[in-house]
Amino acid sequence: MLYRENGQFKTSYRADQQIFPILQDRLGILVLLAAAFVLVPMLASDYMFRAILIPFLIMALAALGVNILVGYCGQISLGSGAFMAVGAYGAYNFFVRIPGMPLVPALILGGLCAMVFGILFGLPSLRVRGLYLAVATLAAQFFADWMFLRIKWFVNDSPSGSVSVSNLQVLGFAVDSAASKYWFCLAILCVVALLAKNLVRSAIGREWMAIRDMDVAAAVIGIRPVYAKLTAFAVSSFIVGMAGALWAFVYLGAWEPAAFNVDVSFRLLFMVIIGGLGSVMGSFFGAAFIVVLPIFLNQFLPLAAGLVGLSVSTEAASHAELMIFGTLIVWFLIVEPHGLAKLWSTGKQKLRLWPFPH
Amino acid sequence: MKLRMKLLALAAVAAAAASLAPSAAFAQAKEQFFPLLSYRTGPYAPNGTPWANGKQDYLKMINARDGGINGVKLTWEECETGYATDRGVECYERLKSRPGMTLIDPQATGITFALTEKVDKDKIPLITLGYGLSVAQDGNAFKWNFPLMGSYWTGADILIQYLGKKEGGLDKLKGKKIALVYHDSPFGKEPIPLLQERQRMHGFQLELIPVTAPGVEQKAAWLQVRQMRPDYVLLWGWGVMNSTALKEAQATGYPRDKMYGVWWAGAEPDVKDVGEGAKGYNALTLNTAGTEPKVIQDILKYVHDKGQGTGPKDEVGSVLYTRGVIIQALGVEAVRRAQERFGKGKVVTAEQVRWGLENLALDQKKLQQLGLDQVMKPISTSCADHMGSMTARLETWDGKKWNVQPDYWTADEQIIKPMVKAGADKYLADKKLTRRPASDCTSD
Repeated sequence: MLYRENGQFKTSYRADQQIFPILQDRLGILVLLAAAFVLVPMLASDYMFRAILIPFLIMALAALGVNILVGYCGQISLGSGAFMAVGAYGAYNFFVRIPGMPLVPALILGGLCAMVFGILFGLPSLRVRGLYLAVATLAAQFFADWMFLRIKWFVNDSPSGSVSVSNLQVLGFAVDSAASKYWFCLAILCVVALLAKNLVRSAIGREWMAIRDMDVAAAVIGIRPVYAKLTAFAVSSFIVGMAGALWAFVYLGAWEPAAFNVDVSFRLLFMVIIGGLGSVMGSFFGAAFIVVLPIFLNQFLPLAAGLVGLSVSTEAASHAELMIFGTLIVWFLIVEPHGLAKLWSTGKQKLRLWPFPH
Repeated sequence: MKLRMKLLALAAVAAAAASLAPSAAFAQAKEQFFPLLSYRTGPYAPNGTPWANGKQDYLKMINARDGGINGVKLTWEECETGYATDRGVECYERLKSRPGMTLIDPQATGITFALTEKVDKDKIPLITLGYGLSVAQDGNAFKWNFPLMGSYWTGADILIQYLGKKEGGLDKLKGKKIALVYHDSPFGKEPIPLLQERQRMHGFQLELIPVTAPGVEQKAAWLQVRQMRPDYVLLWGWGVMNSTALKEAQATGYPRDKMYGVWWAGAEPDVKDVGEGAKGYNALTLNTAGTEPKVIQDILKYVHDKGQGTGPKDEVGSVLYTRGVIIQALGVEAVRRAQERFGKGKVVTAEQVRWGLENLALDQKKLQQLGLDQVMKPISTSCADHMGSMTARLETWDGKKWNVQPDYWTADEQIIKPMVKAGADKYLADKKLTRRPASDCTSD
């Protein structure tokens, strides 16, 4: 009743091709953005910001990057953690070695480092595909682990191999308080998400999807696989690298290579699969699921047990957390193999008919 | 079906809101809150568990025996980190704003590095007994960090001194080959600068052999050891890495009595599986083990005999359990010290606890009262020295239990001090920070 596009006529191609062709969607997104920028900072507690919202935003950004590669271009990658690490250490080196380096250019340069690294490790994708490519990109992961553990130069000769940054500033404003960090991450996420959405709707995005759906057929109709695959690797690792830099700079503050180990790669891949392959929206859902759910379970289980008069040890709670989390992943994959984004679009479809379904 | 799903969803949302909302319900007077970060899961769980049990049991014992600290009840909440930095940061953020927040002990070097960036803004003292950042000993530079009782630099220094004595003088180390088999993480890399300094002084040959975390695969490392035939192996491991290293040493035939572990590589879980195979293996230790000390007896009497123990009773008094007890005892004594100054029987703030930690003075008599006199050496901290004590002992595994050698070894201040100063200065310069003014030491 409320959500239908009846009577909304498009009179130009421009109007027809906008990201959200339906008025209600546009309004909804505006409200959502306003809430995210204004309402959430007014309501959220320090803990909410630092432990949930900021990691969620950064991981959503990383998942978005991985989704471009895995979801849109169909190149399975297990090297996302490495791309994050290269982004983080790249940005770190620019930040500490060049005096007066501002934060945002450092992050972008970190992203560019990750991009070069991504293209390099994307080269095997020209020959191998599918699971074999996943194994090949795993090499990127181990290479990055090795590089940042062993080559002292990358960690600015820190004897312990742990590096840290502080005094983050953007245009003279300190990115210091929880709210400012949140705004900073949110702003970057919004800009990158808008760019990514437009990219995947453009010619290059269609090339990626053609390669994903059938690369031989795509090559026959004139799409260059080399160009399409490597651009997907480039764009994806740039975004993932930026996310890695944010994770290190804004969330952790001090980090070691273990912060970007192979676990992170797996988690990012799961985010994309659970959220929805080939969907910008899905990246957000996936990130929320993987980042927030374990923390929620970890706190909710003892609480729930307390309600029925049981006390759960930390050990039991964290084991139960892993089990429930695993079960939920399996359950979601069974009931909705296309990810949470598909649930969302099904919901939207239902909403159009509401309250008079067929 | 649909209705049920909706109800479920609703319940989930409500529960999410409830559990993620700031916990205002905890606001109760006269309670001192201790956050307990622990890891009872993952590759480090065998070592993390007794440690966490000791920390919790001591708090229970103080509540049961003394009714808290001068009437202030102790409360705590455990948070599982799994030794992962991001989860540790989450735990810290979750617990830091609880009323009566005292101090934080992250139990992991990686989390310590991340929290070092945060504690000075939040004004919460960070204690890292026997681990963490070595340069944080300099309290004038690191106002909120307390690497009590030792860092990896003091540990490595003591081991070199010991080896020197064994050879008949530090000058006899010239030309000897010493291999450091280390956990490839900040934890394992911390001792390297000190060892390199000592290498320059005595002219021994230092071989660095990294082991990828968590250290279940060490074939390559021990092949290197076999080829190099070092005179001594220093083992800087944690968790499953230690027992694996000992098994590999056994397999390669490297004599175990030439292996020396850090104090995190000298607990029961490290050697128990290897048993006789680890006979002769030595490690540093910050504390004794066993149930004889009075403090352990009290824990057994007031906590475990009442069925309120945190872990299995037979693990009470193990090496890491006792270390957990010491950590918590120092925390509790810091609160007591802060109360002496800021008001007895009052809940002290984290900032006041910081003062207490900086002015800890536990002499032999005080330790005796605490029941810790046989367990550890007296410790006294100051503004300039946040470590309080640089002594440790060595212990040897005889196949069944750890035997602590009677001699205390003290790290050489002449070497440690300039290194700490230089390291702290570099840290401050990198961060564009300045040292605390002298007035900061005396006033609060």
